[in-house]
Amino acid sequence: MKPKNQRLTLALVAVVAVVGAALLAMSAIKDQAAYFYTPSDVAKAHLEPGAAVRLGGMVEKGSLRHLPDGVTIRFVVTDGAASVAVRFSGIVPALFREGSGVVADGRFDDARQFVADTILAKHDERYMPPQVAGAMHESKSLKK
Amino acid sequence: MIAEAGLAALWIGAALCALQLAAAILAVRGEAELAAIVRPVAVAQALLTTLAFGLLIWLFVRVDLSVLLVGENDHSEKPLLYRFAATWGNHEGSMLMWVAILGVAGAAVALFERKLDPRTLVATLGGQAAIGLGFYAFLLFASNPFARIDPAPAEGQGLNPLLQDPGLAFHPPTLYLGYVGLSVAFSFAIGALVTRDVGPAFARAMRPWVLAAWIFLTIGITAGSYWAYYELGWGGWWFWDPVENASLMPWLAATALLHSVTVLATRDGLRAWTVMLAVIAFSMSMIGTFLVRSGILTSVHAFAVDPRRGTFLLALLFLYIGGALALFGARIGTVREGTRFDLVSREAGLVANNLLLSAVLGIVLVGTLYPLILEAATGTKLSVGPPYFNAAAGPLALTLVALIGAGPLLRWRRDDVAPLLRRVAPAAAVALVALVAVKLLAPSIHILSLLGLALAAGLALASVAPLWRRNLARAPLFLWGMVLAHLGVAVSLAGMACDSSFTVEKLVAARIGETVPVGPYQVRFAGVDPTFGANWQALEATLEARRGDGDPLILRPQARAFWAPPTETSETAIHTALDGQLYTVLGKQAGDGRWQLRLWWKPFVTLIWGGGAMIALGGALALIGRLRRGRVRVREAWA
Repeated sequence: MKPKNQRLTLALVAVVAVVGAALLAMSAIKDQAAYFYTPSDVAKAHLEPGAAVRLGGMVEKGSLRHLPDGVTIRFVVTDGAASVAVRFSGIVPALFREGSGVVADGRFDDARQFVADTILAKHDERYMPPQVAGAMHESKSLKK
Repeated sequence: MIAEAGLAALWIGAALCALQLAAAILAVRGEAELAAIVRPVAVAQALLTTLAFGLLIWLFVRVDLSVLLVGENDHSEKPLLYRFAATWGNHEGSMLMWVAILGVAGAAVALFERKLDPRTLVATLGGQAAIGLGFYAFLLFASNPFARIDPAPAEGQGLNPLLQDPGLAFHPPTLYLGYVGLSVAFSFAIGALVTRDVGPAFARAMRPWVLAAWIFLTIGITAGSYWAYYELGWGGWWFWDPVENASLMPWLAATALLHSVTVLATRDGLRAWTVMLAVIAFSMSMIGTFLVRSGILTSVHAFAVDPRRGTFLLALLFLYIGGALALFGARIGTVREGTRFDLVSREAGLVANNLLLSAVLGIVLVGTLYPLILEAATGTKLSVGPPYFNAAAGPLALTLVALIGAGPLLRWRRDDVAPLLRRVAPAAAVALVALVAVKLLAPSIHILSLLGLALAAGLALASVAPLWRRNLARAPLFLWGMVLAHLGVAVSLAGMACDSSFTVEKLVAARIGETVPVGPYQVRFAGVDPTFGANWQALEATLEARRGDGDPLILRPQARAFWAPPTETSETAIHTALDGQLYTVLGKQAGDGRWQLRLWWKPFVTLIWGGGAMIALGGALALIGRLRRGRVRVREAWA
């Protein structure tokens, strides 16, 4: 093979690899990204069961229930304007409690209940996810 | 007084940094006598930043609450180790550490670099000073670590308990040495572009510095992964958290650079690409610093919430990356084309390695930045997690692993396909046998794990193949280094595949006296007792784990409550066996006398970090080998 062709081949391979990786990335992002929803967003949007969702808001006071198996809980996430019922099996983070901010990653099941795989909680304003802080701020100003 | 002395040291350091930059520019433009002061100034500047950093450590150890930063992050009841390490467990302190390491890296180049052309060396130190100046400005104008507070508080606010772990003393400094060590590669590239000195001699001079930074990055990432694994209590070792990605991206770029710089050093190929990679590698470090330190991410790593700082860092980022790329564009036309090579050759294999690493880097970069850019542009909030990264980067990473096996079996310059296939055949056969065996033993295994195990087996054989039929006593040290590092990749990959496929997880609410089976263990829940430490109290479970008929192991996971700041954490208890780890977490009381327990049996999970350690050790061997050979060459030249 002539040196010129060789360079060209290498360059072509490089372009194909980069474009391939970009396509792979774009399709994966389309399928796999979890959009952030507040309970108000959930009420407005039509969410397919099974789609990855990140739900953020506050654990409603008085909503936390422990199921008899000892490891499953149910609670309600609210942003002041709307609310969503959530089920979670696992050890909740130490900072998780009623009235504190929470971010739950999971999906809606066929019965329109939100099943969380992971729960992140921050009670300290210093460590609060900006998304939750933003959502709470919005709902507070809505109430006023 | 100490705080004022520290601030003064920073200002003088900044002034010396400006002097270093000015002298380097003038020296490169013809004022040759000015070159003589660049090296001493670089060393003096490093001493001053190190002094400032040392004084800040001293303030933290003494818990001088009249200093704002100490009051916000320190506490007199904390053990000495955490008062010490709290110095960098916050925004300002960690940025000071960043600048101190930057200065020390420049001084190390000034003191020890002997191979590089003197003019290029001066230009390199000028590049280092240019980076330094921006970050001095950031410290002095936007993140002064020595600011006082009056009146001083009676007690400090303490340190985030998740950070109160020996890992804090170790993980950030090593990671920063790697991050900031890459600034040297960046400055080398700038220096060589300025003096038009891109060639094999430049590559041979740059290689040890890249290698050193890469070793520290590898150690820092491996240590950080293990720290997250045992500290968070989630049983995972990598979460594709943006902050983790921020450390992975420079590592990917540095790994590519490490391989391309070898092509430039030995075969005089890939000139422009190597320079580009050196720029990219440190750009990734700066992007990482921006992500972590600007406050746009929230995690245990993100301390700053002041938007001015984010803007400042973003401006620095554009200045340096943009400046370097502009210089690259202006000068790369003058870089002669390197030596040609065949499509089937070691060089081509390394080009493929670089392509794949760059593609993985691109995927991680897209996944990390896309949510931020989307939110900034449209306000849409989304998170990109493990499903994206595994699906997009996994196949490429596995292809790369196959290439790692074949690459070192290729000859430089030109090779033929048939003999290459003969050389690769044994490893391919092993991989195939492993594939079939694993599929038969575990039919439901995930495809990525299956391929991972098969490729790990093949790579384990292929990676030691370069030593085949060699006199082992005379094989050069850097060859051993390469073999060990590549073998480490196989070991680590096997650990990842085993952990993700064969982990057994039990989540139960258990009564005291109850026994829970998990993997090969029978775990008896013996009781819960209160206990306490210097600045926390805890509930501690006693678990008796039995395997077969042996004596029971005792594991004591805790649920801790810290009081400064008031926070609860869970402390895992882990037993390491030869074939895996038993990982236990104590949860909450479930009512009616039961306690939540989360138990994992993780077969061969330790291989993940063992492999990481092997990769770093391989790098260290290669570094020692290169430096020794360099010394021998210098001595021969003198004789």
